[in-house]
Amino acid sequence: MVNIKINGAEYSVPDGSTILQAARTAGIKIPTLCYLKDINEIGACRICVVEVRGAKSLVAACVYPVNEGMEIFTNTPKVIESRRTTLELILSNHNMSCLSCSRGGNCELHQLCNEYGVDPHRFEGENQKTEIDNSAVHMYRDNSKCILCRRCVAACAATQRIGVIGANERGFATQITSAFDMDLADTACVSCGQCITACPTGALSEKDDTEKVLEAIANPDKYVVVQAAPAVRASLGEAFGYPIGTNVEGKMIAAMRRLGFDKVFDTNFSADLTIMEEAHEFLDRVQNGGTLPMITSCSPGWVRYCENYFPEFIPNLSSCKSPQQMFGAVVKTYYAQKIGKKPEDIICVSVMPCTAKKFEIGRDDQNAGGVPDVDISITTRELANLIKKAGIMFNDLPDEQADSPLGGYTGAGVIFGATGGVMEAALRTAAWKLTGEDNNAPVDFKEVRGVEGVKEATYNVGGKTVKVAVASGLANAKKLLKDIKAGKASYDFIEIMACPGGCVNGGGQIIQPASVRNFTDIRAERAKVLYGIDENCKLRRSHENPDIKALYSEFFGEPNSHKAHEVLHTTYKERKLYR
Amino acid sequence: MAFKKSAIPFSGTPKQEEQLREVINRHKDDPGALMPVLQEAQEIYGYLPIEVQQMIADAMEIPLEKVYGVVTFYAQFSINPKGKYKISVCLGTACYVKGSGNLYTKLQEKLGISGGEITPDGKFSLDACRCIGACGLAPVLTINEDVYGRLTPDDIDTILAKYN
Repeated sequence: MVNIKINGAEYSVPDGSTILQAARTAGIKIPTLCYLKDINEIGACRICVVEVRGAKSLVAACVYPVNEGMEIFTNTPKVIESRRTTLELILSNHNMSCLSCSRGGNCELHQLCNEYGVDPHRFEGENQKTEIDNSAVHMYRDNSKCILCRRCVAACAATQRIGVIGANERGFATQITSAFDMDLADTACVSCGQCITACPTGALSEKDDTEKVLEAIANPDKYVVVQAAPAVRASLGEAFGYPIGTNVEGKMIAAMRRLGFDKVFDTNFSADLTIMEEAHEFLDRVQNGGTLPMITSCSPGWVRYCENYFPEFIPNLSSCKSPQQMFGAVVKTYYAQKIGKKPEDIICVSVMPCTAKKFEIGRDDQNAGGVPDVDISITTRELANLIKKAGIMFNDLPDEQADSPLGGYTGAGVIFGATGGVMEAALRTAAWKLTGEDNNAPVDFKEVRGVEGVKEATYNVGGKTVKVAVASGLANAKKLLKDIKAGKASYDFIEIMACPGGCVNGGGQIIQPASVRNFTDIRAERAKVLYGIDENCKLRRSHENPDIKALYSEFFGEPNSHKAHEVLHTTYKERKLYR
Repeated sequence: MAFKKSAIPFSGTPKQEEQLREVINRHKDDPGALMPVLQEAQEIYGYLPIEVQQMIADAMEIPLEKVYGVVTFYAQFSINPKGKYKISVCLGTACYVKGSGNLYTKLQEKLGISGGEITPDGKFSLDACRCIGACGLAPVLTINEDVYGRLTPDDIDTILAKYN
């Protein structure tokens, strides 16, 4: 511990703390813009400056370490004036269309400007000419709102080790774009959206598909069903003032019903279905000499990454469609038949914690009923916007349940939203199967839980040794795959999620500002919601889901049957790195 | 977005590629290898088109964007080749106060390119430079070895006509 003074009062703080961290333990929030813990620690934006006795100039609190006897002043007139001027300089080249900005209400820049009482017109002059890039299906970049903090660049290059965006040109001409200013759609961007959730302003946002949803609901000729992914219920509440880590499943379902969907279902159901197919596919590969390790295919960001960067692993990918797509495929085949509608008269909307799902709905071989499995995919954020726009009083809603028969789920389905969840869910069913359908087979596989980037475990189930690995975040996935290629590691079954921590931290989730992310592990808080639901579920293995049993007996026959393959499985293709 | 690939088709030879691979191998394990690799690559090819930057990115196992970011940060690197006639407008202090900025703008309009670019026919490339030591003739521009001084924007047409 070291002893320091902040604004005259004495504190003892851990060795190696930065001034930012030390102040926080003293209950003082120093503002930041470019700093994002573990991701972007470059001390560039100068918003976090403080005075240190004896230092020649103001220092950047986010990267400046404390030392014994240090005296820090966080709110002197000099500090405040410096921060205000920095903000005013940012505004001198900022598109201040704040009234209609997608980040209205939760823009980190806007909040600081309010707090510091800036004059937005203090410095007026040339504004940079920027172009909007809306080429990719999942996102929208408006550099006129970019403050060059480089958080998105770090999310892409460091967290995901992709690096399709970066700071190009120099000085006033600097902009965050792709190489040679090519459209994002022409790069090997995997659509994970981690850049969007890192952005402090409205420069980056998902492509807004909410109008399409409203038009579908308003069309009397269409039967509109909606599904929401497991992780959505763990984050949606944050948009309505609930603490991070609140389960709002019941209100989420009630809200979607009030939006006017004909049926409100649950992707948890099709997560159970995915496990039926995937666990059996895995057993089949083990027993019949198929390609191992088998790697999960639920995360469209990961699938795209594999196709672009590690095509040699395409044979290892499970042929199972993702839960989003399986849901749509079942709606447009089994359910359409059941309610006597043509697949083209049904619109399937999905609510996802994910921006890559917008890419996934347009992939090849995702149209089991002869029409796209899923028609519109919106993010958790877009659902929150729809609810607000519709005047639905979310906080006052009763808890409601999803409709039948595509709404019931087991604990295995809901943990899909956290890293390790798909693996654990698959192991539950595989273990049951390998032990000769023994209901006392293990249910908890706790070694694969937690936010760590790479987890490994070896299980002995029914006399078989199964070596598994779980990776989340593509930098971690890359490391794992390289180790396998180099022969340094070998596994039977691998789960990979593109986003660190899995879908709970997906690029489509409610955006938490850096002031929260730097001090709270939102991945862990949201994951707790899902494991909490799982623990309270009576049924915790996918094959125990009665609606799933009915689906197989009425429609598919057996898992991995010919019909199941036609409807629930898909194909992949190698993709180029550049256009 | 406006794709900034050079309008001039890439015409690298296998020999140049071999030289580039040798450069990359030589620097591969050095810290900060990208700068010397780019400098030598520009010596080999005369400029750094997307094809060359991709070769560098692939061989060094870094994103193309990272290469491009460094190339566009330093004025010494060019993503376009130089034209048959290299036009260089002095934007040094003396020339600038005498109106060389207007010459530069007029040339961009006339040639339909921005500074640092080349006309699609490969004939003219346009760059700005700092003081060439002919301040007495300000404002000054050069085309290859020819020096033109005491200019106004109206002189541009006559000068360009000489090279047509």
